[in-house]
Amino acid sequence: MRFLRRRREEIACRQVVELISDYIEGELPRVQRLRLEAHFAGCEHCTEYLAQMRETIRLTGTLAVEDLTPHMREDLLGVYRRWLAESR
Amino acid sequence: MNQILHLLSLPTMKVNLLAGLAAVAWRSTRPGDAEEGELLERLRAGDEAAFMALVERHQPSMIRLARSFVASPAVAEEVVQDTWLGVLRGIDKFAGRSSFRTWLLKILVNRARTTGAREGRSVAIGDAGPAVDAGRFDATGAWAQPPEHWVQDSLDRLHAQELAETIRTALEELPGRQREVLLLRDVDGLTSEEVCDVLDISEGNQRVLLHRGRSRLRQALEDAAGEAA
Repeated sequence: MRFLRRRREEIACRQVVELISDYIEGELPRVQRLRLEAHFAGCEHCTEYLAQMRETIRLTGTLAVEDLTPHMREDLLGVYRRWLAESR
Repeated sequence: MNQILHLLSLPTMKVNLLAGLAAVAWRSTRPGDAEEGELLERLRAGDEAAFMALVERHQPSMIRLARSFVASPAVAEEVVQDTWLGVLRGIDKFAGRSSFRTWLLKILVNRARTTGAREGRSVAIGDAGPAVDAGRFDATGAWAQPPEHWVQDSLDRLHAQELAETIRTALEELPGRQREVLLLRDVDGLTSEEVCDVLDISEGNQRVLLHRGRSRLRQALEDAAGEAA
C-alpha cells in the first residue's frame, strides 16, 4: 500500500495533462486511472483542466453542418444518373 | 436479466461467441442503420430520392474531411463527387461488414489523398509538442500558471458563438492528421475503431493524434477566453 501511495504522489500536473484524453476515452490501465483520480481529488487546477477538455470535446461536436449547395446537388444528381445509365 | 443470468451460466467460449454475435447485432441496429440499408436498396433500384437522402446524410462529414486533404473548396467538392461515383460503381461489392459510412469515408480518404498529393499539398505529421506549454509548470511539474476559467461561461452560453468560431479556426490550423482524427471522432462521432479503419492508422497513433488535437483546441479556447476577459 505504501508503495502504491508513493506512486500516486509522484504523478505531477504536467504528466496529468498528457494522460487526460486517454482518461476520458477510458483507455488508461486501472492503476494509472486510479492515480489520476487520486490526483484530481487533491488538485483543483487539474480538475478544471479535465472539465475544460470535456467542454472542448462537447463544443467540437456542436460545429454547424454545412448545407449542400444547389450546384453540388445538381452535380451529384448528374453523377447518379450517369451511373444508372451505364449500369443498365 | 434472465438472459444475462443465462449467459453467465454458459461456458466461457459460448459466452464469447454470443457476446460477439450481440456486438454484431448491436452494430447493425445502430440508429439509422436499418433506414440506411433500405435507402441503399432503393438506390440500387434507381430511386433518385434515396440517393439524395444518402448524399444529404453524409455530405457534412464528407466535405469537411475532403477539405482537410485538399486546399481548394472546389477540388474538395470534386473529391466528394468522385467518391460518390466510386461508391455507386462499387455498391455491389459493399458487403456490409463495416458500416456504410465507414466504407464511404474510406473511399473518400483514398481519393482525397491521391488528389491532395497531386495538388502538392504536403502531408502534415502531427507535432510532438506537449499538451500544455512547459513554461506553465514549476520545477516539480505542478501548475505555476494554472488554466484560466472559462467552462462556466461556455456552459452559460455567454460566448457560445465566439467559442464555436474559435474551435473552427483552431481546427483549420491543426496539422492535417490531427484535424482528420478530430473531425471524425469528435465532430462526426465515429468510434476510435472506425477512425483507424477510415484513415488506415494504428490505434496508438489515433490516440496520440486525438490527444494532441484536443489539447490544442482547449488551449485555443483558453486563449480566446483570456482575450475576451
